[in-house]
Amino acid sequence: MSSRDLILGRVRRALADVRQDDTPPVPEGPGRDPRYEQAVQRDYLREHGALSAAERVELLAENLADYRAIVHRTDADGLADVVAGLLRAHGSKTVLVPPGLRREWLSGTDLTRVPDRGESTAHELDRVDSVVTACALAIAETGTIVLDGSPDQGRRRITLVPDHHICVVRVPEQVVSSVPQALELLDPTRPLTWISGPSATSDIELDRVEGVHGPRTLEVVLVTGGGGQG
Amino acid sequence: MSGTFVGMPAFPEAAHEAVHNTTLRGNLRHATHTIRAKRANAVAEVSDWAALREAGKQIKDHTLRHLDRYLVQLEESVTAAGGTVHWAADADEANRIVTYLVKATGESEVVKVKSMATQEIGLNEALEAEGIRAYETDLAELIVQLGNDRPSHILVPAIHRNRGEIRDIFAREMSEWGRPAPEGLTDTPAELAEAARLHLREKFLRAKVGVSGANFMVAETGTLVVVESEGNGRMCLTLPETLISVVGIEKIVPTWRDLEVFLQTLPRSSTAERMNPYTSTWTGTTDDDGPQTFHLVLIDNGRTDTLADEVGRQALRCIRCSACLNVCPVYERAGGHAYGSVYPGPIGAILSPQLRGTGSEIDSSLPYASSLCGACYEVCPVAIDIPEVLVHLRERVAQGGPVTERGGKVVLKPAKGHAAERAAMRAARWAFSHPGALRAGQRLASRTRRFHPRTLPGPGRAWSASRDLPALPPEPFRDWWQRTNGGRTDGGREGTK
Ligand code: SF4
Repeated sequence: MSSRDLILGRVRRALADVRQDDTPPVPEGPGRDPRYEQAVQRDYLREHGALSAAERVELLAENLADYRAIVHRTDADGLADVVAGLLRAHGSKTVLVPPGLRREWLSGTDLTRVPDRGESTAHELDRVDSVVTACALAIAETGTIVLDGSPDQGRRRITLVPDHHICVVRVPEQVVSSVPQALELLDPTRPLTWISGPSATSDIELDRVEGVHGPRTLEVVLVTGGGGQG
Repeated sequence: MSGTFVGMPAFPEAAHEAVHNTTLRGNLRHATHTIRAKRANAVAEVSDWAALREAGKQIKDHTLRHLDRYLVQLEESVTAAGGTVHWAADADEANRIVTYLVKATGESEVVKVKSMATQEIGLNEALEAEGIRAYETDLAELIVQLGNDRPSHILVPAIHRNRGEIRDIFAREMSEWGRPAPEGLTDTPAELAEAARLHLREKFLRAKVGVSGANFMVAETGTLVVVESEGNGRMCLTLPETLISVVGIEKIVPTWRDLEVFLQTLPRSSTAERMNPYTSTWTGTTDDDGPQTFHLVLIDNGRTDTLADEVGRQALRCIRCSACLNVCPVYERAGGHAYGSVYPGPIGAILSPQLRGTGSEIDSSLPYASSLCGACYEVCPVAIDIPEVLVHLRERVAQGGPVTERGGKVVLKPAKGHAAERAAMRAARWAFSHPGALRAGQRLASRTRRFHPRTLPGPGRAWSASRDLPALPPEPFRDWWQRTNGGRTDGGREGTK
């Protein structure tokens, strides 16, 4: 007998006490199976307090900062200058650029651009100073930005290996209040990276230290009037 | 570090040793109390905590009750997304599969994301025996691995080490494993973290094979989820060409939407954060982004035996947040090593004797490694009634009865030669000589009366009849906790306010 059949057989015997009528059908693919929905009581909140768009952005900024991300604000016209200023201030000479990043976001800088290529080695990425990306959405209640690998965000590793990540969030349209609202909008078939502040560890006497393996500096630029999809 | 802990002394002896180690106790107390206080704030921030906790419990219970269907569904969806699923009935089989998969890549080293499941099966040792070196990349696991030590906490495995000890371990051992620690390394956490960053980066950048566990697996989509802080997880999950994830069969949730519950309760319960710095989800493989080969190894290793126990199966709801460790008066004094398992603390006291059976001395003494104060139940984000399971397992040890072992029904004899009495006696003696732990137990027992066996079984009855047990004061847990600051004061100052 294969281990698969062995384990499934053990599971079935172990559950001999479970009533058959308790068994809902397996949900088919993504989407809601009404019978599974009935099996679990979900009277928790969809969001913790109804926020206006402006309040949502405020809360996001506050929570990002609380987790030691550096938050900047600007409008569409000022964005290129802000991004250029951040790269300059960080002393960067090279910047990773996802293929679909809006060109005008980097129009204020003449740094050497490194394209996000499938064949780049990890060592090559390690030599790049900064990376600039967009995001899929941001969650105000938790201070989280989520990347989903879209062309304006690039492969997962480009926001991981360089030490400096600048992430542009279009506000208020990309900001949701809560985790439940975020999951509803995200596509599980894409690889997702949820980022709440820079890499951190508390493993040494529970003192928080930023930046063990991921970028040590996370700068989030909240941009109003940032236009449609990147 | 070892996943097996062969030859561990029973809990009371191990605990006895630990409480006399003042460095360990100091480190532990600092750590557990820090997290405990922060966690309370993080939980207080969400007004619907009780509803989230109940939903988490129900989702997990539902999944466990239909685990066969969800396992099959998960297998289908992972396969459809480009992954390969393997099934392992026990630790040996899991280790054989992983070893085979690594060898098939032609590599002789792997980078690892911290994972309880791979510790449980002793994967690192099994790989080492086959000439494959496994590098732990979580900072705490690195400290444990370099120190040739065992983890003592689920979330913060090196919680028993202070910064001075860590500095010494790094300075002494790093060169054995790769890039040496910088000259003149001091014991500031920032410098230590930087040393670890440099040491490990070298390994991440060249790694061809990554090994991970997972916090959740979504049956409907085949998505795996890893929740972490440092970015070492992201490194291992995305830079290598091959990713092997070793996951217990109980880690399934049915739908994508179910994550909305656990991604709210897990970070707050474990690190007391609104959200942990990094969460990665992946569904099979993605062209040009991350590993192009993905293997999922589903392990049983005692889980189906646990599932067969109607009272004990709730332990499989555990999402390994470690909140129960941080509130446990016994864990705080005894430390994680005393539990003789990769699962320490209250959850370890109910999980290990179920996964491994109660055959060994350590496993039969674990159900006694508790004062039944109920604090673990109160903090548990999936409402596992740990005291109830402890009492149930005590009855099993003392009275014997039908259990499932390796899928077959067997009838356990009552523990031989009064072993249960000995275990209980030793635990009691230990508690009597550690007034803080006992105080917690006594005062809180009033609230957990329903968890106590109606009669102390067999040898226990004789024992309790001949002992003058202190009366149980009627004070509820919370009052006691606040008044005595968790058992650390006698209640004078706080109580007079
Ligand atoms: S038993 Fe509950 S509190 Fe303890 S680690 Fe598991 S989920 Fe957390």
